Amino acid sequence: MAERSESEEVKLLGMWASPFSRRIEIALTLKGVSYEFSEEDITNKSSLLLQLNPVYKMIPVLVHNGKPISESLVILEYIDETWRDNPILPQDPYEKAMARFWAKFVDEQIYVTAMKVVGKIGEERDAVVEATRDLLMFLEKELVGKDFFGGRSLGFVDIVATLVAFWLMRTEEIVGVKVVPVEKFPEIHRWVKNLLGNDVIKKCIPPEDEHLQYIRARSCVLSLGFV
Amino acid sequence: MNQEEQVKLMGLWGSPFSKRVEMALKLKGIPYEYIEEDVYGNKSPMLLKYNPVHKKVPVLIHNGRSIAESLVIVEYIEDTWKTSHTILPQDPYERAMARFWAKYVDDKVMLAVKKACWGPESEREKEVKEAYECLKCLEKVLGDKLFFGGETIGFVDIAADFIGYWLGIFQEASGVTIMTAEEFPKLQRWSEDFVGNDFIKEVLPPKEKLVAVLKAMFGSVTSN
Repeated sequence: MAERSESEEVKLLGMWASPFSRRIEIALTLKGVSYEFSEEDITNKSSLLLQLNPVYKMIPVLVHNGKPISESLVILEYIDETWRDNPILPQDPYEKAMARFWAKFVDEQIYVTAMKVVGKIGEERDAVVEATRDLLMFLEKELVGKDFFGGRSLGFVDIVATLVAFWLMRTEEIVGVKVVPVEKFPEIHRWVKNLLGNDVIKKCIPPEDEHLQYIRARSCVLSLGFV
Repeated sequence: MNQEEQVKLMGLWGSPFSKRVEMALKLKGIPYEYIEEDVYGNKSPMLLKYNPVHKKVPVLIHNGRSIAESLVIVEYIEDTWKTSHTILPQDPYERAMARFWAKYVDDKVMLAVKKACWGPESEREKEVKEAYECLKCLEKVLGDKLFFGGETIGFVDIAADFIGYWLGIFQEASGVTIMTAEEFPKLQRWSEDFVGNDFIKEVLPPKEKLVAVLKAMFGSVTSN
């Protein structure tokens, strides 16, 4: 069991509108870990960020007792292994493997594909929307009979898939396409409602109006729709 | 603990991803049934059943359940079989570093090398430089350690199997040079130790067979 002493310092370099940064905040908050948040201007990266993440020069970066960790999925696992209250990953090796598999799927397949929607029109956009929906169908099936991907409570995949719930689905308004219509994805919609019923999630996701404004502004310059 | 249930691995003889899993199984002394999958030809109903999401190998089947994605499988093997050979360190920070660098190999290095060897001629110089920089980064990470995992082969070593064995062969077959012994003395030494390891040696695909297949592939690429 990790002991919390005065000398234990947890710092998070992040960005308020980034799904990757927010997922770290969710994990830390779920586990009751106090941390110092440092907002990074990703258009003007601080020398601290460049020093702490020289490989990717990106947020989030978690710094614990002076040691930096980058890559959100790596950070999440570190958090789970360091602070043992309210486990995020299942204990069972097979269930753990499934959680890692689906988290990878969200980041490497859904995110990468869905991102392409922004800046596309007509047939090209339709193709991307179709491809995204095909991928989302796998998540839809995973949720059948479950309140969360983690089962009865929030877990690793739920935290990672907030990207779908509060970024992909929020951009629908701006992109003008219902990428995740409720008729096709009733389970995902039900899951989003469950997420919104959770205090930690509510506390840790970006405020909707501000967020939509931000996405709108970024989309206008045909840049990434999420960050 | 006695595992009565048989372990099956669906793989591809020449794939570094597939071999990662075999390396992990061998290092931990886990017997398994190997099933060669004709991924590029006719995907078997078994593959489509056990990896419906990606329809790729490797796929590990244990206790009737399947796991896909090579590094996810390697972690599963580590979590399931507690044998004397540990693939990941115990300390959470060291584990995070291992996962970070394994991901780096997959996300940056593999992609950069692929683009350098297989990409269009017009992009070649740029891609080779990118791959070179990625490898330089790994050279630094390795430092004077015997393996990325320290004294024994670990997660990053397994993830970097491509660099240890396939890269040299790729360079030979494509005529593109990214890593030389002079520029990368540490990685060079590491690769020799890696492929010289008894457990690793056992699963590596035969060089001549790989070269022949690659030369045919590169031959068709350059003739386009």
